[in-house]
Amino acid sequence: MIKTDALIIGAGPTGLFTAHQLKLIGLDCEIVDNLDKIGGQCIELYPDKPIYDIPAIPECTGEELTNNLLEQLKPFNIKFHLGERVDELKKDNEKWKVKTSKGTVFETPNVIIAGGVGSFEPRKFPTKECEQFENKTILYSIKDKKIFDGKTVSIFGGGDSALDWALELSKTSKINLIHRRDEFRAAQATVDKIKELSNAGKINLITNSQLKTVFGNGKLEEIEIENDNKETKKLKTDFALGFFGLIMQLGPIANWGLNLNKKTVEVDTEKFETNQKGIYAVGDICNYPGKLKLILSGFHEGALAARACFKLARPNEKYRFEFTTSSKTIKNRLGVKSD
Amino acid sequence: MAKITYIENNGKSHTVEVAEGLTVMEGAVQNNVPGIDADCGGGMACATCHVYVKDEWFDKINKKSEGEDDMIDQAYEPKKNSRLSCQIQVSPEIDGLEVHLPVKQV
Repeated sequence: MIKTDALIIGAGPTGLFTAHQLKLIGLDCEIVDNLDKIGGQCIELYPDKPIYDIPAIPECTGEELTNNLLEQLKPFNIKFHLGERVDELKKDNEKWKVKTSKGTVFETPNVIIAGGVGSFEPRKFPTKECEQFENKTILYSIKDKKIFDGKTVSIFGGGDSALDWALELSKTSKINLIHRRDEFRAAQATVDKIKELSNAGKINLITNSQLKTVFGNGKLEEIEIENDNKETKKLKTDFALGFFGLIMQLGPIANWGLNLNKKTVEVDTEKFETNQKGIYAVGDICNYPGKLKLILSGFHEGALAARACFKLARPNEKYRFEFTTSSKTIKNRLGVKSD
Repeated sequence: MAKITYIENNGKSHTVEVAEGLTVMEGAVQNNVPGIDADCGGGMACATCHVYVKDEWFDKINKKSEGEDDMIDQAYEPKKNSRLSCQIQVSPEIDGLEVHLPVKQV
């Protein structure tokens, strides 16, 4: 079991800056995120898109913003638990016991939810029949590519994941690549390569078509696809892979007894605390009158929630407000020389 | 102002007056029309304000934004007449617009 002063759920910009604020005032914290990388929506949704409304930064991409926040966190040794989703949150005496999908357990007086719009999960095929084959012969991510050796694999999607895997698996498998339109959103070089392989008959490229239904007994045997003119076609296949990007689900947060408003968590604007003592929500996931879903709002909310954490983490000490420009204690924490 | 009708997948229809300058997504959210999630708040960074626009209206509304189709690839059950409602501008010309909502957004 890991004991910490505060646990942050979500490694997006708000979670990262909140960690910085906690460390500045002398509290420990650890961060859990369901994604396998740091940066949240900034990295998952718009790593290359420029952002123009971060104070004092005229322009930066989602990736640059994440890297800068990590740089700012460098003086502190923050432990990240990536690829883990927080599944359980229970009150145990005056502390919160938090359990993740990988079985990691935390004990902490403070939990800060900086979960954006929930956890990212793969978008699945809408076809109900797919469920019975899910995680066996119908997959939304690849853990071991060897299982496809010598098999027929039908890949759906038009982005980088779909095209990259089509290229990679075409070396050892028979590939059907199916996309709902004839334009792709992947890197141009990848698209060119796919077209080259398609022309050479090495990849069966089918555009303007989508999955209609699937057939099989125990394991997937055949898929039926339909094109824009409602013409259907059956294809024998051993596997179907769907790469339709990620969707955001509130997930287990909905079960923690918090006051919810649609997909957001209600908080006060002094501590950004929820209706549960010691549980805070900051960034896009929190809601209060006048809430703006901007990164800068998340920074402000995180700074205030961090101060609120101090009271529960250090009940016998008094929090003293200090500036980074003048405080010796803070400079020590940052590892910089004081004048 | 323009009258916009949102038709849920179960056939239930909601007609609301939406001010010029807003988007069809904002018209739904501000009037509590169910079935449009708009998780990203109109930034074209998700696909949860997805609607279907019938042929007779499809050419009357503003054209798709750059990158809109990339997001629609990631919507639930995209079709040829799919649009993201956050990218449809409300103007007097589209008074009477009907949009159909998908079974679900996520």
